[in-house]
Amino acid sequence: MPAIELTGLVRRYGERDALSGVDLSLQMGRTLVVFGPNGAGKTTLLRVLATLLRPHEGDVRVLGNAIPEQDWALRGRVGLIAHEPLLYRELTARENLRFHARLHGVGAERVHELLERLAITDRADEPVRTLSRGMVQRVAVARAVLHQPELLLLDEPYANLDPAAVELVAPLIGAGIDSDRPRTRVICSHDPGRGLAEADLVLGLRGGRPALLAQAGAVSTQEIAELYR
Amino acid sequence: MSAATGTRSISPPTPAAVPAGNAAARKGPRLWPTVAALLRKELLVELRTLESVPAMSLFSLTTFVVFHFALNKGSVEGDLAAGILWVTLLFAAILGVNRLFVADAEEGGFDGFLLAPVERSALLFAKLLTLLAYLLVVELIAVPAFAILLLATPLWPALPGMIATLLLGDLGVAVIGTLVAALAVRTRARDLLGPLLALPLFVPIVIGGARSLAPLLAFAHRSGPSARWLLTLGLYDLVFGLIAYALFDFLLED
Repeated sequence: MPAIELTGLVRRYGERDALSGVDLSLQMGRTLVVFGPNGAGKTTLLRVLATLLRPHEGDVRVLGNAIPEQDWALRGRVGLIAHEPLLYRELTARENLRFHARLHGVGAERVHELLERLAITDRADEPVRTLSRGMVQRVAVARAVLHQPELLLLDEPYANLDPAAVELVAPLIGAGIDSDRPRTRVICSHDPGRGLAEADLVLGLRGGRPALLAQAGAVSTQEIAELYR
Repeated sequence: MSAATGTRSISPPTPAAVPAGNAAARKGPRLWPTVAALLRKELLVELRTLESVPAMSLFSLTTFVVFHFALNKGSVEGDLAAGILWVTLLFAAILGVNRLFVADAEEGGFDGFLLAPVERSALLFAKLLTLLAYLLVVELIAVPAFAILLLATPLWPALPGMIATLLLGDLGVAVIGTLVAALAVRTRARDLLGPLLALPLFVPIVIGGARSLAPLLAFAHRSGPSARWLLTLGLYDLVFGLIAYALFDFLLED
């Protein structure tokens, strides 16, 4: 069963089409990487898939559920790393994660585990507003994978991370939830090398319209670079 | 293509209505544990920032001082006293209403909440209880200040009736304030829209609250609170409680 099926997806902001004519099918456990210049519609696509924005036209099915009619069925099954970390600045990293853990019905031991795995235990009791961008991004990653979602929507997940932090984060947002459960991912990226290495399917957006849709093996970094010209 | 303007599910359907393919849909905590988690977060954020309650309290105190000098009277009583108290508390409440959803809107808390497998009405209850808590704390400061600055006789005999009136009024303010704040927070003019929408809806609370409170503050011929106006306040709270419960999910949607 496809994890994501889009047919003629259109999303507008006022009169402007932020996304238009997007058709694709992504199988369960596969990774779609979306490339495109700023304003191409990448973030809008992620927010539609996350059920945070309604599609204005077209059919959207995520994990077998029609959006927006069955968006309730996706709650708790999707993890989102967005431009904003979705964290309360005045709360500490631990308080933020515990808060989200309570909303997802996840135990405190999972919070503790993630703080350790992402090496933020030492700073876990400081308000998020006092943390560096890289540390905040680590906490945002912990928040997104706290409930072990089947679908991960990642908007530039390695932004602000140093190489050591990338090594900590990468396994958590990898292609498997755990050893025997595959995870479907949609990643927005500006990095052709890393993006193609992670992708099974590549979507290139320009001005809200698909300019490229192909299996990752059939796409060159040169074609990705063309999207930005 | 089908426009997405048709019917929308705002709450999970009954288990029997869930298609078999959705058996994996996560079950989150029940309503009241979610409300407790949200309320705890709200109070923690307020304790750290001290953005709402101190501003509301300071506004109330300053207003009573201004009335004390502006009325050029040693004391007030009856209708005037009740009116001054209610109008001051309602304008102070507006300060809290305007800040109620700001952290969620600015820091992405809405999105985090919307992605969780919880009932969306939990946010209504949590915000309503938060605003109610703010109002009660403000009144603990404002009512004694009101008595000291503007009343000639002790407030103690009137206190039980006053507490009943204030609680009913506060409940209405909290319900309407939460509804209006949720409506205004995603607009660019939220600081203007909040008061513009809330104040007309607060008018019946001022009327009911002041009429109910006036006999308690008429020190020459003091009597109990007006049962008719207490009932009116209660009915108003109930009507807006039902409206808020029915509409709140829609306000969180895109």
